[in-house]
Amino acid sequence: MAAELHVELVAADRQVWSGEATLVVARTTSGDIGVMPGHQPLLGVLESGPVTIRTSDGGTVVAAVHGGFISFADDKLSLLAEIAELSDEIDVQRAERELERAKAEGDAFAERRAEVRLRAATTH
Amino acid sequence: MGAQLRVYKRRIRSVTATKKITKAMEMIAASRVVKAQRKVAASTPYAQELTRAVTAVGTGSNTKHPLTTEAENPARAAVLLLTSDRGLAGAFNSNAIKAAEQLTERLEREGKQVDTYIVGRRGVAHYNFRERKVSESWTGFTDEPTYADAKKVAAPLIEAIEKDTAEGGVDELHIVFTEFVSMMTQTALDARLLPLRLDEVAQEAKPQGEILPLYDFEPSAEDVLDALLPRYVESRIYNALLQSAASKHAATRRAMKSATDNAGELINTLSRLANAARQAEITQEISEIVGGASALADATAGSDR
Repeated sequence: MAAELHVELVAADRQVWSGEATLVVARTTSGDIGVMPGHQPLLGVLESGPVTIRTSDGGTVVAAVHGGFISFADDKLSLLAEIAELSDEIDVQRAERELERAKAEGDAFAERRAEVRLRAATTH
Repeated sequence: MGAQLRVYKRRIRSVTATKKITKAMEMIAASRVVKAQRKVAASTPYAQELTRAVTAVGTGSNTKHPLTTEAENPARAAVLLLTSDRGLAGAFNSNAIKAAEQLTERLEREGKQVDTYIVGRRGVAHYNFRERKVSESWTGFTDEPTYADAKKVAAPLIEAIEKDTAEGGVDELHIVFTEFVSMMTQTALDARLLPLRLDEVAQEAKPQGEILPLYDFEPSAEDVLDALLPRYVESRIYNALLQSAASKHAATRRAMKSATDNAGELINTLSRLANAARQAEITQEISEIVGGASALADATAGSDR
């Protein structure tokens, strides 16, 4: 497919990833959403979850995103997140440790964060 | 060595040691300015996209939100003052504090009660010394603020603005910070953060009059705005924190540079004085020797006769 969309994945303190893609799948508060080129302008609230970007050269980029927004217009898609990490940046062992700790302390948010990180890192 | 010369030598030694310290501090501050500037630049994409999104919701729907509605009779305002934890930065902190005091005075003239929130040990110390009330204060991160710090600062402020004025909430939020204009210029300024004027935000986002598309909101415009506005406030506070940090380092660099220059000048003057003292001492010694010798010669000449 010739059509592609330009994706900017930005965290509060840095630009995490930017490039061309053919499909972006993200989780909004009302469910998973897939955005392809030519989608209607969209502005949504993201849940903590993995974001999958299918790049135009056939590769896949997976990122763990915690809270933020997705906005799409004119074949430009921006993913804004307070915290965002690419799957190869995630330290699996550290995330596992975090998960253990969060479970022990009953911290639901931290547990969810660690789970998302692990899922993003392992589905790569 | 004469007493005077020794005193000069000692002072030169001590000023040289001070100069080394100020020179080191200048260099540290210079490297931190660059780092802080880089952080400001790194946070810009997020802030820009967020501003765009806020504009999109603001113009694309008629949603009302406590963070965008002007109170009819604003009775209470919050002032967030950003200072630094450490001094040695010239007039950096006193300028910020002065700006906050002017703003407070203006708000009080308008009949509003002012709650003060402070970031940075310097500002806290200033207010505590004068026994003024501080609603809340944060210290310990002003040199290198992170986004988590900005969230920590923003949370009670957003909570206060969402509360009713009768229950101790505020109607307006002002922020006083030091804008980083350039390496040489930093200006303390105040800005009204809340309630948000959506039209102003819109102007900031698209100065070329670009038309924003009609967005689909997921799940709904209200929910998006609900989630978006606190993030926007956080990102503005984060940006202000970063600019203040950069300004503080630039101010420190300048203050330390002039301290180093002054120390160099002082060393020069003292060396001149020390040289003069040494020369005077030598001259005195010579004249004493000559005097002594001629006295001796006179004495021997007298006994010969």
